[in-house]
Amino acid sequence: MTGTEDPTNDEMLVQTDVSEGLSASESSPKRDAGTVISSNDINVWYGDDHALTDISMEIPENSVTAMIGPSGCGKSTFLRCINRMNDLIDVARVEGDLTLRGKNVYDNDVDPVALRRRVGMVFQKPNPFPKSIYENVIYGLKIQGIEGDYDEIVEKSLKRAALWDEVKDRLHESGLDLSGGQQQRLCIARAIAPDPEVLLMDEPASALDPVATSQIEDLVEELAEDYTVVIVTHNMQQAARISDKTAVFLTGGELVEFDDTQKIFENPESQRVEDYITGKFG
Amino acid sequence: MSTDDLETDLTRNTENTPRELLTRSFFFLCAALSVVTTISIVGLLVVEASKFFTITAPLMDVKGETASLVDFLTGTTWQINNQEFGVLALVSSTLMVTIGSAVIALPLGVATAIYLSEYASAQARSVLKPALEILAGVPTVVYGFFALIYITPALGVVFPGIGTFNMLSASIVVGIMIIPMVASISEDAMSAVPDELRQAGYGMGATKFDVSTGIVVPAALSGIFSSFILALSRAIGETMAVTVAAGAQAKFLNPINPASYLEGALPMTAAMVQLLNSDITGGGLAYRSLFAIGLVLFVITLIMNVISDYVARRYREVY
Repeated sequence: MTGTEDPTNDEMLVQTDVSEGLSASESSPKRDAGTVISSNDINVWYGDDHALTDISMEIPENSVTAMIGPSGCGKSTFLRCINRMNDLIDVARVEGDLTLRGKNVYDNDVDPVALRRRVGMVFQKPNPFPKSIYENVIYGLKIQGIEGDYDEIVEKSLKRAALWDEVKDRLHESGLDLSGGQQQRLCIARAIAPDPEVLLMDEPASALDPVATSQIEDLVEELAEDYTVVIVTHNMQQAARISDKTAVFLTGGELVEFDDTQKIFENPESQRVEDYITGKFG
Repeated sequence: MSTDDLETDLTRNTENTPRELLTRSFFFLCAALSVVTTISIVGLLVVEASKFFTITAPLMDVKGETASLVDFLTGTTWQINNQEFGVLALVSSTLMVTIGSAVIALPLGVATAIYLSEYASAQARSVLKPALEILAGVPTVVYGFFALIYITPALGVVFPGIGTFNMLSASIVVGIMIIPMVASISEDAMSAVPDELRQAGYGMGATKFDVSTGIVVPAALSGIFSSFILALSRAIGETMAVTVAAGAQAKFLNPINPASYLEGALPMTAAMVQLLNSDITGGGLAYRSLFAIGLVLFVITLIMNVISDYVARRYREVY
């Protein structure tokens, strides 16, 4: 794993001009935004279990893309394909192409460590490190060797994660002393502190109470101004509230429909999706 | 169901049936046995050791049959024939074995634990773990001979002046002996670190090294410290290997000076074996010194256990 801080690793992921996607205003549909992630016939097996079948979709820049579907439909598995977290599972096998700004992340020369530095992740269960709040936020900066005014970055990231006011007087207390909702916002601050391009969120509010959930939802919408957010949720109302695009996965690991959120919820193409959304199935 | 039935049914008192009483008493006796044994042993140690310092001294003012507590605890000469009982000569060599084995076992044990917990494939683990368990199961007298017959001659190549009996080979062999203890307890602690923390680290773009050293080891620190203390207690109490390898000549050595590890000395446990093997008469001063050493040894390991408890509580993380 040596050499991950080598600048050549970063060059492997070709960076395109990000400014073109930023011009889309809040209200206009974000169809015109550039594509950040593009998957082409992704298949995943866990041992003999075929978890995802031929998933192809294009995720636009600076938007919230939600993935919904019943338990075990593979939506989290797909999310973990994007930053190659599936590599950590011995029995998982991924086939197909998945590109980040045109570079296939499954090419042999791609270092998953370098990839994950560009694609941050927030997990289902809040998982702050048993360190201080401050140390949690700067963790990514430290391991990536990013220099800078850490105090300022900590303040900025915690403000961005709507946690600053609650913790500013106890930055050096353990992150584990926070409530569940605060811990999850700390994890979001930690994920955005090194300024990744994409933020993956795996059911980030499912372990939280309604108040904390609505805080996280507001946050996700705000984050989409600067980041490309891909969020997995089992809560359809949540997807409808916060996402620009929605992908519906159904049992068997297939992507049944992927379109603008409004269209998915009001006028889906597929009968199966309509059944799922109206609660007749799943 | 009538009210009467309900009355008898609800007041059956299953807690004091003969079978419950019998099993409860049996389990209590089993649990009490270890407590009674401990108290008896400690009591015996204290009573006999106090005789070592008191009975002979105040009653008859005969030189050679008194042992002063101060001389015992501060003296650096241990010569039974000359009635000199300076326990520091023994403590210093026990300390040397402890320091020497710690230098070997703590880093190797933790490194082994990190490998087993974070890096090893299932296949590698299936070979390594049983190997470690076998290492832990080798009779300690075999370790002693191993030190005497193989390690000391090998050390002789590097240090020509080394004695047949020396603290270095005793330390090395005790170190090897306690590696499995450090490794397995530390590995348990590391495996108990929630996988979510590793995922969080990898998700941030941490390398395996970052995750192992920056997340897993700090989170498992209380368990790792506990393994250190338990392993060191074992090194302090280790008898057979040091009796065979360290020597039979009590000598006060400076544990901080590396050169003194080339000499032989007599750790506390080995001194006790030596006393038991010699023709000491029951009730004599030499006989009672056995209990005095035993008490010192007991107090040291007790202190280690208290520290271990404290450290485990102090650094425990609750997830």
